Parts: sequence; structure tokens; C-alpha cells
Amino acid sequence: MTTAAGHGQADAGHHGLSFVRKYIFSTDHKIIGIQFLFMSLFFLLVGGLMAMMIRWQLGYPGQPLPGGGGLPETMAPGGVILPEFYNSLVTMHGTFMVFFAIMPLLVGVYANYLIPLKIGAPDMAFPRINMASFWIAFVAGLIMLAGFFVAGGHAAAGWTSYAPLSARPDLSGVHMGQVLWLVSLIVLGLSSILGALNYITTIINMRAPGMHWFRMPLSIWSLFITAILVLLAMPILSGALIMLLFDQTLGTSFFSPPEGGQPLLWQHLFWFFGHPEVYILILPAMGMVSDIIANGSRKPIFGYHSMVYAIAAIAFLGWLVWGHHMFQSGMNPMLGTTFMISTMVIAVPSAIKTFNWLGTLWRGNIRLHTPMLNALAFVSMFVIGGLSGIFMASTPVDIFIHDTYFIVAHIHYVLFGGSLFAIFAAIYFWYPKMFGRMMSERLGKVHFALTFVFYNLTFFPMHFLGMGGHMRRIYDPSEYEFMQGMQGTNTLISIAAFLLLASQAPFMWNFFWSLWKGAKAPDNPWEDNGLEWTVPSPPPHGNFAKTPTVYHGPYEFASPLVTEDYLPQSRPVPGAGGRAAS
Amino acid sequence: MRSMFTAVLMASMSVACGGGEGGGGGGADDAATAALGTASVSGTVMFSGTPPSNPAIDMSEEQACRDKHPGAPTDPQVVVNAGRLANVFVRVTSGLPAGATFPRPSAPAVIDQDGCLYHPRVVGVMVGQGLEIRNSDPLLHNIKAVPTVNRGFNISQPQAGMSTTRTFTTPEIMVPLECNVHGWMNAFVGVTEHPFFAVSGADGSFSIAGLPAGTYQLEAWHERFGTRTATVTVADGGTAAVEFTYSAN
Amino acid sequence: MQWLPPQASTYAGDIDFMFWVILVITGIAFVVVEAALLVFLIRYRHRPGRRAHYTHGNTTAEVIWTAVPAVTMIALGIWSGRVWAEIKDRDRMPTDAFEVAIEAKQFEWTVTYPGPDGVLGTSDDFAVRNQLHVPVNRPVKIHLTAEDVIHSFFVPEFRIKQDAVPGMTIPVWFEATAMGQFEIGCAELCGLGHYRMRGVVTVHADDDLDLWLSAQTADEEAGT
Repeated sequence: MTTAAGHGQADAGHHGLSFVRKYIFSTDHKIIGIQFLFMSLFFLLVGGLMAMMIRWQLGYPGQPLPGGGGLPETMAPGGVILPEFYNSLVTMHGTFMVFFAIMPLLVGVYANYLIPLKIGAPDMAFPRINMASFWIAFVAGLIMLAGFFVAGGHAAAGWTSYAPLSARPDLSGVHMGQVLWLVSLIVLGLSSILGALNYITTIINMRAPGMHWFRMPLSIWSLFITAILVLLAMPILSGALIMLLFDQTLGTSFFSPPEGGQPLLWQHLFWFFGHPEVYILILPAMGMVSDIIANGSRKPIFGYHSMVYAIAAIAFLGWLVWGHHMFQSGMNPMLGTTFMISTMVIAVPSAIKTFNWLGTLWRGNIRLHTPMLNALAFVSMFVIGGLSGIFMASTPVDIFIHDTYFIVAHIHYVLFGGSLFAIFAAIYFWYPKMFGRMMSERLGKVHFALTFVFYNLTFFPMHFLGMGGHMRRIYDPSEYEFMQGMQGTNTLISIAAFLLLASQAPFMWNFFWSLWKGAKAPDNPWEDNGLEWTVPSPPPHGNFAKTPTVYHGPYEFASPLVTEDYLPQSRPVPGAGGRAAS
Repeated sequence: MRSMFTAVLMASMSVACGGGEGGGGGGADDAATAALGTASVSGTVMFSGTPPSNPAIDMSEEQACRDKHPGAPTDPQVVVNAGRLANVFVRVTSGLPAGATFPRPSAPAVIDQDGCLYHPRVVGVMVGQGLEIRNSDPLLHNIKAVPTVNRGFNISQPQAGMSTTRTFTTPEIMVPLECNVHGWMNAFVGVTEHPFFAVSGADGSFSIAGLPAGTYQLEAWHERFGTRTATVTVADGGTAAVEFTYSAN
Repeated sequence: MQWLPPQASTYAGDIDFMFWVILVITGIAFVVVEAALLVFLIRYRHRPGRRAHYTHGNTTAEVIWTAVPAVTMIALGIWSGRVWAEIKDRDRMPTDAFEVAIEAKQFEWTVTYPGPDGVLGTSDDFAVRNQLHVPVNRPVKIHLTAEDVIHSFFVPEFRIKQDAVPGMTIPVWFEATAMGQFEIGCAELCGLGHYRMRGVVTVHADDDLDLWLSAQTADEEAGT
């Protein structure tokens, strides 16, 4: 196993490595990616179970949670979820899903796994930092979980932890939980920054010969730009978190007004990070979906360059729109107008991407394999999430729908309908490469169909709740007369949500069963062009026996130069020179 | 270890100490009597002048609570009956034998939320003794303890029949309890290091039993009118009388 | 299922109209995109021997689908900005309004009324818990603040929502167009009693409001 790049030290003597060095404290980007996969799927399940408890309380307010009798008195005496525990659940569902499930699934798993393989590198630029990045994230996850076991309960000020509620234990009843929340995210931020540094360095320096910038797959482009966003955004979050931690523990008052603090300062800092974070959670999904849609359509991606520019435009504009989370915050309303215009503009690159995906399908030769089905679900659901965003971008409409279930519906259409379907697509697509086995297509399609149906039954009605004025984070909506008529909708949503969780059973079964019993995967099961498909499944340590040379763009499907309908990037073909992007 | 043994022994001997209306019993129960002495102090809290009227409470938005009050509900900050003041927390502040350990009552003191008011309004607990907070109203109460030296808490009871038991680790006069859903609801918990305290009842009377013979400083506390002190000497088996007097100004 | 609540303020109609306009525009975009997706999936499904059309894109198409959304969005933005300024611009708030102050705190709204002299901030002001009484067909201006954490003042029928922030006093106005009672909700998570931070707005005819106000003042005097 020889490697081309100058970090042979980390790889030296791989075969002699102990189990611990090979699979636990591994520096191999593929193992680290898989570690992130297991960790974040675990947290995805944790976040999902919390969502079920939230939905139980909303579907059947005040009734004992089935099996909830085992919960401590401070959370659910006799199984009845307490308001403070409900607030913790709402907070931690958001926190785990955003920071410990979606973000690591996209960035931790696929940036790690795909970047070296897709650019033709033997590993990351800094393998040890890469390993540290995983283990730091793991520790952050443990700290976050620990918050459930401390006096006063876990953080309960929402995943956005608006100060002063998050800064004042006397007002929230939560102290240690909030402190652990803050510490965990500070630690996680370090992990993300280390990871981002690694991805950026690797992509800039370690591309194989011929892998020009405009021959990179869109997945790599989006991961590259995402890494830049992470590198710039996470330090802002960390700074804000440290200030809040000082308010919590040292008695400073950055965010508490009696002593001169400013509650809106927290919101500005949080959303200055938070809006780029929204794109961190969607750009890699867009990139991977682009790869999969081109593959499924057997056709080059439509408008490759405008796709790249759209990603870059989103990343740039993403820094100018944070105030649209704060239209009703008391911020100067004229500032609101400015943020509204920039927000309206950021819808344009998303529209461009959507039309280009449609353009890719147009006159394709569409194979509806499981990854493709999930990628198409991404497109159709992201459209809903994107369009519903226009409602809240419009400042006057936002007056009414801000902090209602309309927002909850929107965020779930983007993060579940968007990111999570893309993640399922990516898992189904790259699973054979990761584990050397095929997942069952039949189970995959069952899982897709059930998830698609129950997902929509869960989240689409939330738009109607929001239109009725149903506020977010309400423990028992029946306290308000105007919401009492919405109980039926809430119960329906809850039932759909329980079935949505149940619909993940075929996926879990498929995932674990296939690890051992799946059919052996060939090198290139999807007949794709990426460099990762030229090496064995799973790829050996060091990835490439010989550094590949790249001759084509990543989407040469149906090329007239070859008889097959795909053309791997590293396959030399006479007459193919001079097409930079193609 | 010895104190723990004593505590267990005392616990097994002690009689449950109910926190009925007025809270006259406090925490000085029979177990303590057996342990430390047979002397007792009893007395009355007098009130001279016209007591200020208590603020009215508009409970119209909580019909379930409103229905529990036959008349117009008021916030019972000052309860005076025939010149005697209720809800005064009286405790021994000095004179107890140095180094003595005090048995902790095993039964918790009870405070009930009923009709959107606390019953009793003033209650005493010993350090480490449970304070059981109950909800008899079919609606949400939160219980926020706002101590200055103890650790505070802020918990909720959304349904009738719920109950929570909390303890305090350090003596503190007084720990306010409040409900933020019903801003008028206030209660006060006296946390002492010994069981020699009492709360004056509706008739202004109180009694502290189980003291060893000696001379004691007593302090009375009222939420509106502050503190008064008195000194008493009492012999074994005897009862010393003491009187505190508050006035409207 | 629920549509928008009844309208009970002067600008509720403007906000709702904006909502429907956006619903129509996004609805068209939604139908176009999803229909195209489905049509392509069926029309261009895999068949043995077929080969996809080899193309890398089309600049004209890119220009069109960049320009159309861009123009639509900017137009929506400008229009929204005008309605927004109408409602929230602090320099354009009605000057002849009935003024009250509201302080939000865990978990109640304390409404302070101007008292007999009709001026807020004087000694005859009086406060009532969770009850906002206002006149119909006359602008109402609220000086909104919070004591402890952030809350959000929300009356669905009036289509008004404004965060109440400790340390800031934020002006809010509306003009009720229907008499009756409407609920005030808290729309910003403010702690464990957030879901129960409910108040009531009562919209009176002018005479009725005066009666109510003077009754309150009388009570105050009797009480002290």
C-alpha cells in the first residue's frame, strides 16, 4: 500500500496496526467518516425520539406518555411530561438535530469520506487533526447528553438559546444544563473548525493531476464552500457562547439589561453565525443531490457553472441576511427592510439550482434507484421549504407568521425534506463504497415511500396551524381558545409523526442487515464517473494504488465519445481534450 | 455517623407533622421533645391599631380558582383576628446548647396550592427536612424559590394532584416562594438549623416545645412588619410565655 | 385545518392580501416545478436502448430562470417594504392614539393605563393584569417592554406581533375594527409558563371604554 502524497508517516505500517488504531483512533478519512456516520445516526435517533415525546404532548396534552413512567419525577411524574421538560425536549431536539445529526451527517461524514476519494487524494491533508476532530465531536456529544442528568434539567431556552432566558438561572430554573449545553457547543465548534481547515487544505492542495477546479464534482464544490462557511461562522458562535457562559457562571452581563447588557446582541451574534449555518446544513445536500441526479438521469448536470456560482452566491449572501430572523425582535424596522431585500435576493440562487436540476432531468434516461428517489424527494420538498421561506422573508407577512408553526413547517421542509432526504440519498448511494455491500433496493424503496408519505402528513399540516396563529414551543395549546379548534390537526400530525419514526425501521434493518448479509458491491455499482468508483469497495487504506489522472468533468454521462452511457473521470479517451468543464 | 443514627431513630419515633392551615405546628415535633428537653415556650403575636387592608385579587381568568373563594379573594398579606397577628414565623436564635445536634423531622412540611393561594402562607422547615409542595388546582402553577443563600429552583405542576418535595441545605430567613403564572401568589419558608420554630396561627398563638432548660433569644418575623425579638428563660417541664407586638405603623 | 383568523385591525387586510399574493406566486412556482418534475420522470424514464440527450446546459435558459425570480423577488420586496413601513416604522405611527404601556414578565402582561388625566407616566396611572381595554376605530399605541426575559406580544386577529425586550421600550400600534374580546398570546419562549402567558384585549365602543376606565379608577381609590 503505497501512497502518493507526502504524509506517508500516518499510513506507514497500516497492516500492522492494532484494532484500536485501525478502527477507533484511526487517521484514515474513510474510517473517520464512518465513525461520524454511526455517531450522527445515533444522535438522529435520539433527536427523533425527543420529537416523538414532543408530539405525544401536543397530540395528547397532559396524558401520561406511554412508557414514560420510567422517567424521573423532575421530567415526567407518572409519565406526564412537565412544561420544563417539554421546553428541554424542544431545545434538545433542535440542538441534537442541527449540531449532532444533520451537520455531522453532511459535513463530518461526507466531507470526510468523499473529499479525498473524489479528488484523487490518499487521505486528508492532516489525518491526525481529522481524528481529533471526530473525537472532539464525540466528547461534545457526551457532554450534551450529560445535561439530561443534572439538577434543574437540560437547557430549555430553545435551540437558539435567546438571552436573557438562557443567561439567568433564576428565570429559567436551569443552570448546569445550560452550562453543559454551552460547553458542549464550544467543544463541538472546535471540532468543526479543525474539520473545516482540513477540508479546505485538502481540496486546495491535494487534487489529483487534471482535477481542475471546474472538473470537481458539485458535491466537492459544495463541501468546499461549506467548509469555508464553517471556518468563518463557528468562531462567531463560539465567541457568543463564551460570552453567554460568562453571563451564566461568572456574573458578567453581556446580554442582561439591568447591568447594561443587550438581549439583542445575542440574537445578532447567534444569527450572524446561524444563517450561514442554515446553508451549512443545505449546501452539501445540494451538492450530493446534484451528483446523484446526474447519475440517475444518465445525463450531464445542467448548467454546471451556474450551479457552482449559485453555491458561491448563496454562501456570500448567506452572510447578509441574518436579520431576517429578527424582524419582530425590536431591531430598527428600517434595518428589517434592508434584510428583507437581501433575503429576497438569496432566493434567486436557490431557484437557479432547482431549475438546473429540472434541466438535468429533461431528456434524461432516468433510473429510479433508491438514491435517485431520495434525491428527487429532496428537490420537490426543498422547493416547498424554499417557497415557504418567501412568506417569512416578506416583513409584513412575517409579523403574523413569525414564531408560529408556519416557521416550524418551513424549517422541517428545509432540514428534513431537504437535508435529510439528501442524506438518505447519499447513504444509499455511497453505502456500497463505504461497506463493500449493497443495501436492499426493495427495502430502500419501501423506506422511501413510507417516509415520503408520513413526512408530508407530519409537516404539511403545520403550515395550516401556523396560518391559524398557533405559536411555537407551546406545551399545551388548549390553554388558548383560538387554538382549541386545532387539536384535531395536532393529533393527526402526532400520529403521522409516530408512523414516520416507525417508517425508519426498514432503513435501520436494511442498514445493519446489509453490513453483513448484503450482496457484495462491485467497484462501480451505479455506473458513475467519480474517482471513488474506480477503486475497490471498500477502498483500501491510501485509496488509490496509483494517483489517478483526471481527463474529464464529473458528469460525462451519455457522452458521444464512448459507447457506455458514462465516462469515468480518469478514463482517457481520444478527442476528449480541451473541455474544461465537461 | 452518630447524628445519622440519631436522625434515623428519631425519624422512626416521630409523629407525622402536618402543615395545616396556619402552620401553627411548625417543625418542633414530639421526637425533638424526647431528645433535647421538656421545656417549652408558647405565646401570642399581638397587633395594635387598624390593620391595612389586603389587596384584592382579580381571579376572573382562573375560574377554577375563583370558584374556591366564596367572597372576593384577597391577598392575605396581613391576617389579624381580634388584635392577633397570624403568619408570623417565630424561632429560637440563640441559647441552645453548643454543639448539640438536632434530630430532623422525617415528615416533610407541606405547602398546598389551593384556590391560587398558598396554604399555609408561612411555613418552617429544618435544614434537610423535606418541603412538600402540592397542587390542588386543576391548572398550572410554577413554584419558584428565590433564596439568597440556598440554591433556588423553578419547577412547575401543570395538573392537580402533583406534588414535589424539595430540601434546603442552609439556614435562611426567609426563602420566598412565588408563582409566576399567578403573580399574586407568595409564600415564605423559614429554614432553620434546629427544629425550634413555629408559625403563629389564626389566633396569633404559637408554641415551641422540646427545648432543654435555658435562656433563649427568640425572633419573630412578619413579611410586612419585619422582626421583633424577645428573651425567655424556661425550666425543665415548664412553659414560658412570651408576647410579640406589632402595630400598624 | 385552519385558514387565517378573522381580521380585526386596519392593517390585517393588507397583511393578508400580501399573504395571498405570495401564496399565488409561490403556488404557481410550486405547480410548475413539481409538474415539470413529474412529467420528466414519466416522459424520460429509463427504457432499454435509450440514451440521454448530451448537453451541458443552455445560457438563455439560465438567464431567464435567473432574471424571472430576481425581478419577482425584488418586486415583492419593495411592495412588502411599503406595507411594513406602514405598520412598524416608528416615525410614522399615529399621533392621536390611545396610549397604554405594557410590561411583560414571567408570565403575565401588566397593562398600565393613563388614568383620569389621560397622560401616561403620571401618578394617577393604574395597572391591570392581563387585560388590555382599547377603543374601537381609534389607533392604539402601546409602549411595550419586558421586565425579565424576552416575550412577544401577539394578537392573531390584529395580525400584530412584537417582541417585548427587557431594557427596551418598543412602540407598537394597531387600530381595532371590531368590538369584542381577543386573546393576547406570548409568541417567544419565555420559560416554563410560556404556554400560559395569555391575556385578553377587549375592544370597546368609546363610551364603554370611558366607563370601564373610570370604574377602574374608582376601584383604585376605594382600595387604598
